[in-house]
Amino acid sequence: MNFSFLGSYYTFFLQGAYVTVLLAIISVIAGTILGVLLTLMRRSKIQAVRWISIAYVEFIRGTPLLAQVYLVYVGLPMLTQLNIPDFATGAIALTIHASAYISETMRSGIEAVPYGQAEAARSLGMNSRRTMLDIILPQAFKNILPALGNQFIGNIKDSSLVSVIGISELMYETTTVRGTTALGLEPIIVCSLIYLVLTLTLTRLLTFVERRLKSSDHR
Amino acid sequence: MITVKHLYKSFNSHEVLNNINCTIHDGEVVVIIGPSGSGKSTLLRCLNLLETPTQGSIIIDGQDIMTRKINIDQVREKMGMVFQQFNLFPHKTVIQNICHAPIRVRKMKKYDAEQQGLELLRKVGLRDKKDAYPITLSGGQQQRIAIARALAMQPNAMLFDEPTSALDPEMVSEVLNVIKDLAKEGMTMVIVTHEMGFAKEVGDRVIFMDGGQIVEENTPDAMFNHPQHARTQNFLSKILH
Repeated sequence: MNFSFLGSYYTFFLQGAYVTVLLAIISVIAGTILGVLLTLMRRSKIQAVRWISIAYVEFIRGTPLLAQVYLVYVGLPMLTQLNIPDFATGAIALTIHASAYISETMRSGIEAVPYGQAEAARSLGMNSRRTMLDIILPQAFKNILPALGNQFIGNIKDSSLVSVIGISELMYETTTVRGTTALGLEPIIVCSLIYLVLTLTLTRLLTFVERRLKSSDHR
Repeated sequence: MITVKHLYKSFNSHEVLNNINCTIHDGEVVVIIGPSGSGKSTLLRCLNLLETPTQGSIIIDGQDIMTRKINIDQVREKMGMVFQQFNLFPHKTVIQNICHAPIRVRKMKKYDAEQQGLELLRKVGLRDKKDAYPITLSGGQQQRIAIARALAMQPNAMLFDEPTSALDPEMVSEVLNVIKDLAKEGMTMVIVTHEMGFAKEVGDRVIFMDGGQIVEENTPDAMFNHPQHARTQNFLSKILH
């Protein structure tokens, strides 16, 4: 095997990894916001609102991410009549994808908050919105923080799929290097190792944060 | 004044409250006793609509809170509640637990709310715990904080749902003493409890419930020393040794 191409092409990988991480960060943050919204819709008193949330989540979880990427890439400009930059398109697709999973996680996080918490808040005269925002959601977030971390790691890997619409993240850059160097295997090995380093680092970081969170639960 | 008229509550086909009628006067301490499953907690929870009664009316200071146009949040503001499981907010410190609702609901100034909070903490003997998180406190301390939190809304009445049932025995008295102090100050209170000695000491009136009905209500002395109904006698003979 010949890795001498790295000398002249390493910037491709670095640039690609940077875009990959950026996509993952954006999609996990935006996905969380959208996910919370979907969860609240799921708990709405209005049946139609609940149905929209359920249909959305089921559709996203029941179709491949690749199909969703194409749907956003082709569908969104048609729907909005706007010229959306490729990077934004990729970020939107990943956000939509992540939000469905995050909303399901969020739902279990909310359900894990003891019912007495809501009762205590309501008995103090707090309305249902205030109760949700100030009392339930902060506790639910703490419950699902580990799951959100895993979602973030998942997003890093998932983001490789938006290479198909020409976003210059790690996988796309790898393909470029493969094309220019005419090397089949080596660039893919490099690319895989970079993904591995990213996800392993995050996993370790997550374990550390989780341990810190747990210790604050005790005296 | 709280007046309950013809109150019914059923969960599916199971009738928990069956035609409850009672009145709680201002400044009065009413203690509700009875076997578990008799509906006493449900009745208490109906008073601030944590449970929705099936039918009947609950009239608080002339307003029927079961009519649709009532803003239940405003009713609850004026009616403090203390739970068996304390239900402190674990992500907030003691002083934040106490000040949150006064600041967010009553729109008190943060400084004023904190001054009031510190005063309440002093009253329940936990002034030095203001920055502690609930998890670091004993059950008795948590329950005293929960009482302070309810008082911070300056309620007209307080509801206690078995406030000492989840406590270790040696912590019961510290909580009961706080409630006794409140009684001396003339706070209107409805207390569901299994502490008969406490009921006798603090209650102006005792209500005995069984099977979703009020079987007997009387002064503590009459209730505990001369119970009229067979069911009351039977219940008291089992728990008074």
